[in-house]
Amino acid sequence: MRHEDKLPVLLQTAQGDRHQTTARPVAPAWRAGTDANRGRRQGRGRAGVAADAVALPAGGLSRDPLARRITALHFPTLAMDRYLRHRDRQGNRVPDDLPLALAVDGPHGPVLHATNRAARLAGMRLGERVVDMRALCPDLQVEFADIAGDRAMLARLMLWCRRWCPWTAPDGDTGLVMDSTGSDHLWGGETAMLRDIEEKFSLMGLSCDLAIAPTHGAAWALSRHGGLREICQGPELAQRMAPLPVAALRLMPDTVLLLHRLGLKTVGDLAAVPRRALARRFARAALPQNPLMRLDQMMGRLAEPVQSPDDPPRFAVQSRLPEPVSDPEPHLPAMARDLCAGLAAEGMGARRVTLHLYRTDGEVAALSVATARASRAADHLLRLFEGRLERLDPGFGFDLIILEASVVERLDMVQTRIDGHVDSETELARLIDRLSARFGADHITRPAPKDSHIPERRERWQSAMAPAAGAPGTSRSPRPLRLLDPPEEIRVLYAVPDGPPVQFTWRRLPHKVTRFAGPERIAPEWWADRPTARLRDYYRIETQHGRRYWLFREGLADDGRGGAPRWFLHGVFA
Amino acid sequence: MRCAPPPTRTAADLLSDRATDPATTAEAPTLSEVFVENASDGGPLGFLLAQIDPAGGPVLWISDRVSRHEAGRLCIAGLPRPLEVIAVDVNRPLDVLWAMEQGLGCGVLGAVVGEVWGEAPQLDFTATKRLALRAEAHGVAAWLIRRAAQPNLSAARKRWRVASLAALPDPDDSRAPGAPLWRAELFRSRWGAPGDWVARTTAQGRLHLDHRVEAEAAAPRTGQG
Repeated sequence: MRHEDKLPVLLQTAQGDRHQTTARPVAPAWRAGTDANRGRRQGRGRAGVAADAVALPAGGLSRDPLARRITALHFPTLAMDRYLRHRDRQGNRVPDDLPLALAVDGPHGPVLHATNRAARLAGMRLGERVVDMRALCPDLQVEFADIAGDRAMLARLMLWCRRWCPWTAPDGDTGLVMDSTGSDHLWGGETAMLRDIEEKFSLMGLSCDLAIAPTHGAAWALSRHGGLREICQGPELAQRMAPLPVAALRLMPDTVLLLHRLGLKTVGDLAAVPRRALARRFARAALPQNPLMRLDQMMGRLAEPVQSPDDPPRFAVQSRLPEPVSDPEPHLPAMARDLCAGLAAEGMGARRVTLHLYRTDGEVAALSVATARASRAADHLLRLFEGRLERLDPGFGFDLIILEASVVERLDMVQTRIDGHVDSETELARLIDRLSARFGADHITRPAPKDSHIPERRERWQSAMAPAAGAPGTSRSPRPLRLLDPPEEIRVLYAVPDGPPVQFTWRRLPHKVTRFAGPERIAPEWWADRPTARLRDYYRIETQHGRRYWLFREGLADDGRGGAPRWFLHGVFA
Repeated sequence: MRCAPPPTRTAADLLSDRATDPATTAEAPTLSEVFVENASDGGPLGFLLAQIDPAGGPVLWISDRVSRHEAGRLCIAGLPRPLEVIAVDVNRPLDVLWAMEQGLGCGVLGAVVGEVWGEAPQLDFTATKRLALRAEAHGVAAWLIRRAAQPNLSAARKRWRVASLAALPDPDDSRAPGAPLWRAELFRSRWGAPGDWVARTTAQGRLHLDHRVEAEAAAPRTGQG
């Protein structure tokens, strides 16, 4: 990453000489963004200029209702594209000729939600039941769709689309809408802008239908039912809309069916019906069932501004140094204090803090630390960077430092105790943060119990950064204090093949079994194991030295799942 | 009006306390070392867990790579009393010491347990003294489990050598091992007299030192096994 790539993101930054000036008020200067006051009206959402136009009194300025330019984006295969991209990244690419479908739960079993090209060619239709489609195409591969993940991706794409124009909003589950009035000339006109958008999305592996029209309704209709990258101007709007089907009016399927039964197949048919008759028929209908209101929205007689959500708050402090430094550490305390003051003003706490260091030769180093609980304690956040800055290669020195809270969470004020101690949960979370920053979050773990009888599956150790799992259920039969992972194979002498061991050799030492308890039989889990998995007979034994171990025999002598059973040592008792 | 937080106790404070009141300091949380005679023996672990009170708070369990590989991982289902455990998996003995020191600074923990394999040159008198003072200053018990190691110079206040003994008979099954017994040898103690005991757990899961083992009487007992 070069300077030029990163800098335009931070539009407003702190002053270059901020570390020379001492008493500087903690003003919104910490905050990167176009509008320092935006935080004040957070949550209200940003309506485009069109919203103000609606609010104007009717007798005031007369505005052309078709003067705006709305761009509609439609991702017809968003779920499938995202799944294919995910498989591609895992290095497990789906072959082009394999029919693949994503399914969601329907009232009578799973139904198809998305299909790939091979499945479409094989005649798979969306909304049909998986069992019916399997009958048509037996080698159809079905995976479950991730609806919430698709929605989250669309929300991220919406923010990313603000590179073309500032007002973007989600539009249903597979679409986006942008108010691109006055921004197309930055991209060389509307045609060039649409080409650019389509190209950027196809580089991401997403197919996309686009259209520009004076109203949201018309742009929606053209992107779904119109031609390729269609652009519609205000004067020709009614003429262009007339041949489109009534389904292009964003109506519920039952209303579309009703209009079809009435003989109204196209928008033109509907527009030709006297307005009063339609108003009488659909007087009480809600907006998605009301063809008259939808038609008015499409033709610009009813305003429909793009309600663009706020940018998520971004917390970053930047320090531009007059001279390159090789050790950024002395600058960090003041920056961390500023960052935490900014977080406190918004009632937020950082879950992840990233330090970007820009070298004079253009290289950028990034260090990231995570916290188990949201925090805005400057000294705690700084301690997490301890010992990690030394490993950076300063080259000819760093001349720009950015400290950013890259993941933030709501964090309310808490009452501290009168003796100045922080509460125990916070103290424990801070300890976990410090250990994770040094050893990696995967190495600080808590047990997460699972419902399983297989001992090694019963306890999974998950990162302590995640919230603590529930208490493990107690086992009725005794379990060892330690488990060997994986179990170690031993050589065993036994009196009868299915009986307890008499003597065994483990780690080259012979052990004589003096007492034993068992066997305790644990059958394989047929829903998770391979069909050849064998059962285990566990014995709790004591050796002649007084040590107690947990042994198991894998399989029975003639269970038909392999040769002679093998023996393993799996655990150690107190 | 502001209330200043009570200052953390310095080493000098602790030493003066100890001089005035030796009875309570013997019970106060401190650094103890447990030497495991046979690396695969689980008895010392049971001996240690019997002395950790689950009500004290979560336990930070730090182990180095060789210990995890040779002696296995902790199994929560097998703990004698339900205990909240935070496991820290590190590679080197030095990292075990660093993590222990961080954990001992956190007063909400019930105990900090570190497992070190072999003779670690970093685990010298200075390092153990740091751990001991920190454990006493914050009131968090620290335990070092030493496997495949010789008891060299150390500042641990109590140094145990623990091995499993043949278990008590199971009341329901004459062929099965029952409640475990351990032989615990306290070979160095700062405040109490050293000794050699047969140890077991009580019904509540606490440690109970049963009776002393005389040097000559111990030999046939372990041999008989």
